[in-house]
Amino acid sequence: MGDFTMPSLGADMESGKVTHWLVKPGDEVKRGDIVAVVQTEKSEIEVEIFENGTIDELVVPEGGRVPVGAVLAHITTHAPVKAPGARVSPPVPARETGPREGGRPSRQGREEPTVKPTSVHGALVESPLVRHLAERLGVDLGSLSGSGLGGCVTRADVERAASRSTKREARRERGGRPSSSPFARRLADELGVELARISGTGPAGSVIERDVRRAALAAQPEEHEVKVATAEDRQRAMQRAIGALMARSKREVPHYYLSATIDLSVAASWLEQSNLDRPVSDRLVMATLLFSATARAVKRVPEMNGFYVEGTFTPSEAVHLGVAISQRSGGLIAPAIHDADQLGLAELMARVKDLVIRARSGVLRSSEMSDSTITVTNLGDRGVESVFGVIYPPQVALVGFGRVREQPWAEGGVVSVRPCVVATLSGDHRVSDGMRGGRFLSEIERLLQEPEKL
Amino acid sequence: MTSDEARELMRSVLHPIAPEADLDEVAEGETIQEALDLDSIDFLQFVTGLAEATGLEMPERDYPQLSTVEGCVRYLTSPH
Amino acid sequence: MSLITYREAMRQAIRDALIRDERVFVMGEDVGHYGGCYAVTLGLLEEFGSERIRDTPLSESTFVGAGIGAALGGMRPIVEVMTVNFSLLALDQIMNNAATLLYMSGGQLNVPLVIRMATGAGRQVAAQHSHSLEGWFAHIPGLRILAPATVEDARGMLWPALNDPDPVLIFEHAMLYNVEGELTDEPAPVDISTAAVRREGSDVTIIAYGGTVRTALGAADQLAGDGIAAEVIDLRCLRPLDTATIVSSVARTHRAVVVDEGWRSGSLSAEVSARITEEVFYDLDAPVARVCSAEVPMPYAKHLEDEAIPQVADVVAAVHQMRS
Repeated sequence: MGDFTMPSLGADMESGKVTHWLVKPGDEVKRGDIVAVVQTEKSEIEVEIFENGTIDELVVPEGGRVPVGAVLAHITTHAPVKAPGARVSPPVPARETGPREGGRPSRQGREEPTVKPTSVHGALVESPLVRHLAERLGVDLGSLSGSGLGGCVTRADVERAASRSTKREARRERGGRPSSSPFARRLADELGVELARISGTGPAGSVIERDVRRAALAAQPEEHEVKVATAEDRQRAMQRAIGALMARSKREVPHYYLSATIDLSVAASWLEQSNLDRPVSDRLVMATLLFSATARAVKRVPEMNGFYVEGTFTPSEAVHLGVAISQRSGGLIAPAIHDADQLGLAELMARVKDLVIRARSGVLRSSEMSDSTITVTNLGDRGVESVFGVIYPPQVALVGFGRVREQPWAEGGVVSVRPCVVATLSGDHRVSDGMRGGRFLSEIERLLQEPEKL
Repeated sequence: MTSDEARELMRSVLHPIAPEADLDEVAEGETIQEALDLDSIDFLQFVTGLAEATGLEMPERDYPQLSTVEGCVRYLTSPH
Repeated sequence: MSLITYREAMRQAIRDALIRDERVFVMGEDVGHYGGCYAVTLGLLEEFGSERIRDTPLSESTFVGAGIGAALGGMRPIVEVMTVNFSLLALDQIMNNAATLLYMSGGQLNVPLVIRMATGAGRQVAAQHSHSLEGWFAHIPGLRILAPATVEDARGMLWPALNDPDPVLIFEHAMLYNVEGELTDEPAPVDISTAAVRREGSDVTIIAYGGTVRTALGAADQLAGDGIAAEVIDLRCLRPLDTATIVSSVARTHRAVVVDEGWRSGSLSAEVSARITEEVFYDLDAPVARVCSAEVPMPYAKHLEDEAIPQVADVVAAVHQMRS
């Protein structure tokens, strides 16, 4: 019976999370098979098992986070592997040596080593050669699971661990990015493939062109087939494009996030009153007020409005508010309402309705698609309390609104119930910081207390 | 207006908003917004469409009645 | 079209120049009575006489200097230095006189000199006689450095070189003299400033010059069998380097191997590699590889010499390495 433990995948790793099991109880595994995917601080690592055997039990479920060295799974090991350079430790005095005759305890069809080394480091004792090698290469023996006889750590295990951590250190020095050729990096960008997720087959495991192409193909196997550009294909293409854009945004834009809960009681009663006098076709929804407040708040905090391109932020005089509209078949687009800060509520409402209709039928103008200087996303109707979105590059901010819901509100020592909404900001830290972001959300809040002025 | 006519009207108003929507799939007690994934603007368009077809005022306070299929049918078929 | 040797093509070029321009004359060790160490000038003394085919004393510094003087005086000398190994004795003349007089005289003194030299290894002539120093000379401003690798270039480069108002050095790899190639019956002049794509491909660019062009083409043949389409560039002109042709090829193939018979350290291949990095870094899928001679004085023993100089197998291995 052997244990597969959480390996140390970095000198400073304390714990890891099992994101996927690639085997299940009953599966046969052999040394070198990848059995699980473990998530560390930096990335997901495919973890190999160093024994031949059968998986008995997965102790830690997917999603479980355990410290390094904790048992992840129990395995029944088969005949021990004779690794080249495997060393069985020499007998240590005051320990039984030699094969045991008779009185062999286990009769359960499992192999037991004839010589059972004693424990040091809580694992098994290694030969002096292995100990010296580990010391020289800076490998923590206690963290290794051995592939030698009886689970002993062999020289090969040590060398393998050392080369893994060298690669990881080199990667850490590079800021945690995988090593990749310049062309591979550019190609990944163009094809919308996330470089960090590609395993490289180039020298020293670097990611090269063919790895990127392979990953891109894997993401879109349908490229091979002759396609008629159906709506589904367009949909998928759009999702891919969105995915690529979001991946790029997450990669390149240092996001920071703020949220503020805004009391909408004044706005809600104003809205109700206002709508009483309006025919159905002219009625406003709360979203209109939220969009208007956002567009106007931008004028006070211009670092939220503009484009960050090639290292420079260019604020925009005009406020073209991108409104995230979900399409019924899935997918999200965010066309712009030009000069949203200049529009009255009725006009803004009309524009939003018009955009929604045209967005759903796919008839948008290119200026609407490309001109947004800041985007707002309102998932409140879907029941989400707050939404922290991903900025659409080259914009530098994204405002989110959750569900308008009644909640208790304490003010002046009195508790009442008020309709509230959680407003959030995803900001580009290269252009603004928490202070300015906070100022922006405060401004939105202030404007929503005077809805008649919107 | 009969019940059937009301349902037909609802379907035709809903169609440009949610082409794949099927009124019959809305469970009893479930709101139309939830079942058909309509946001506030979609619902307003729905109400606007009904208002334009029937000439009814459809104030905001009546929205809850319009939010279920049965409620909406009742609203449309009852005398105003 | 006829099949002639590189040697014959060079002889024809010299003969052609001697006929067309009476200012042209040939000067060097054993060029006249002996017919040239590599038999390039064989028969020319008989045809043109001793005023135009001049045997010189065994002193490179002297006769290269004399050549510079003749050029300054309005002649168009073709100075033959037996091999690049002996040019070291004339390095001061070449570098400090021929290359600089134009600049030092404020543009008054052109030196329209052509120096031809045999170069390279492969004939077991050992450490002192096997150098490939084209890279050294390509380092010097004021000189144009040519490396004809084909029969067509051997025939065609000399005339424009003679017409260049400034010094031109032509390097002829000694192993090429016996190589046969096709030549048109009406050879046209060739340009002496651009590189040539000798074979088109899309997977890797192999850059070579002079003697290594055949090695590169041999490697490309073998790689084709492995499913790799190699593009082969013959540099032709080593100074100035045709960077445009090189980088546009690498931009397409994303991988480059430079085959240079000089030693890697500080060689022409290092210059080519640097230029590729400077211009098309973001198109590279692998570092630029270099296949050069082993960093030892050239061995005498055949098997060691073969080991020391770039072979087809070395180039093939380098390409596979960068793709693995």
